[in-house]
Amino acid sequence: MSAIPDTSERGVAGAGLSSTGRGHELRHKETANGDFAGDLLEVSMGPQHPSTHGVFRMDVTLDGERVVRLKPVFGYLHRNHEKIGENTAYLASMPYTDRLDYFCSLTNNWAYALTVEKLAGLQVPERAEYIRVITAELTRLQNHACLGGFLLQDMGASGTPLMYAFRERERILDLFESLTGARMMCNYMRFGGCRCDLPAGWLEQTRQVVDEFPRFLDEFEALLNENEILMSRTQGVGVVPRELAINASITGPMLRAAGVNYDIRKVDKYGIYDRFSFRVPLGEHGDIYDRYMVRVLEMRESLKILNQALRDIPEGPIVDPKARLRGFKPKPGEAYGRIEAPKGELGFYVISDGSTNPYRYRVRPPSFINLTILEDMCLGHEVADVVIILGSVDIVLGEVDR
Amino acid sequence: MLGEGIIKGMGETARNFFGSYVKEDRLTTVQYPEERLPQKEAARNFPFLVYDGKDWDKGLRCVACQICEKECPPQCIYIVKDATKKPDHIGKMQFQAKVFDIDISVCMSCQICVEVCPFEAIKMDVEYELSTGDRFGQLLLHKDQLAKSNDYYRKIHPTEAAEVDARMGAEKAKAEAKAKPAAATSATPSKP
Repeated sequence: MSAIPDTSERGVAGAGLSSTGRGHELRHKETANGDFAGDLLEVSMGPQHPSTHGVFRMDVTLDGERVVRLKPVFGYLHRNHEKIGENTAYLASMPYTDRLDYFCSLTNNWAYALTVEKLAGLQVPERAEYIRVITAELTRLQNHACLGGFLLQDMGASGTPLMYAFRERERILDLFESLTGARMMCNYMRFGGCRCDLPAGWLEQTRQVVDEFPRFLDEFEALLNENEILMSRTQGVGVVPRELAINASITGPMLRAAGVNYDIRKVDKYGIYDRFSFRVPLGEHGDIYDRYMVRVLEMRESLKILNQALRDIPEGPIVDPKARLRGFKPKPGEAYGRIEAPKGELGFYVISDGSTNPYRYRVRPPSFINLTILEDMCLGHEVADVVIILGSVDIVLGEVDR
Repeated sequence: MLGEGIIKGMGETARNFFGSYVKEDRLTTVQYPEERLPQKEAARNFPFLVYDGKDWDKGLRCVACQICEKECPPQCIYIVKDATKKPDHIGKMQFQAKVFDIDISVCMSCQICVEVCPFEAIKMDVEYELSTGDRFGQLLLHKDQLAKSNDYYRKIHPTEAAEVDARMGAEKAKAEAKAKPAAATSATPSKP
């Protein structure tokens, strides 16, 4: 902690999107009748702060309890993902994508596989498409359930909602383990399909988990939806206006909470999403409560998709016979593939020069781009609100820093 | 009424709390060292090398083709190929690895070495209770530590091992069928 001296311009230039012209406010303030109002206080929250969801730092400038400036600082978890992707074979990047958003490794796998399939012109067999939808929607369920838990943890509800969410997540992770061999670092999708077929009895186990999930959701909603503390902490806090959300290219539940009907599952209809009937829940106010509710409702829609997919899944091959594991060389060209990951639009941009390694490999991570308007959401709120505003963005630092 | 939502929520926590005494699905905690969950068959941890027969050194399926070394994403495999062929467990002359090391402090258990291996020689282990006091030497596994028998593989991944055995048996039968006429034709000229 340190008080900012009068003349310091430190950090003002890099304060983010909306810092223009606010420099003069940062000198210490005098009230209208000339009384001395006190210094501003600069607090460095993180990178080891428990509520920053990883190694993320915010330089928060406070006037009393109010936030007057906020500067996000990230890069503590930078692992050179994109450069490594250019220096290894196409397949070797697949396990690294697990480590982007380590909560949702299967959707990351899917986004990368989709991009390379576009690039190389591979056809995914029917059964593999169904398996992809099932695993992606299970991933969405566990991500949103956990996020609800984390949000409440940030608000001071120590443990209870988080542990209930984790209990359900364990069941889904068990399914992932029996399918892919790993609970979180699944490395399951391959170009043109999936790595292995479903083990015996997996579909029945999944059906059971899916059937029991609504009970958890009912309890979770009864526990939280009408809770007065939750409502007063979240309603009207961290509002993202529709225009700002669109201009800052926010995606995912954050965008939909602001009332914009944009879901890539509906817009792009990638994979086989055009076969399932589901709705896209929309918020109205764009505040934290709407973001929470949009996620809860999205879980209900995911359950609908899962029920349809588990009913319709056909038998058949799981990988395109043209796909090759070793010596994979797509034709020169470029492709951008995107999917609706639980956090928003996850895109991969890959350029091929015809060799075994990609010429360019770029990730468009949803949580990084959703984070760009953090300052706009936090200004004017109290420092305790910053924590839950950050929590409601749903970031994973593995993806932000890459 | 103010506080109604909170009271309702408390009801849920009470239901979960008391439920945990009577219902299995409300209490999912496992008292780890005493109780253990059964391991999933697909579980994977670090790779090991499979050998056939009794002698691990001779029976290793690995022929040091170095494909896994090349394909490994974090480059944790180190192989030195032997210069001369040696007899394997059934007496067939084969190239073998002089050095085969896996640095498990680098390995990320992605299973790509297993997928690319054309000889079914490297498979994933399920051992998870591993520890060492040494940060460097003990984490570099050598050939003798990596070698594990095919029986062990059958025990930890029964379904997968049965598939592999069937595939290898079929390949062997095919090779033998091919070798027989070849042997017959090559043998004919020498006949008087």
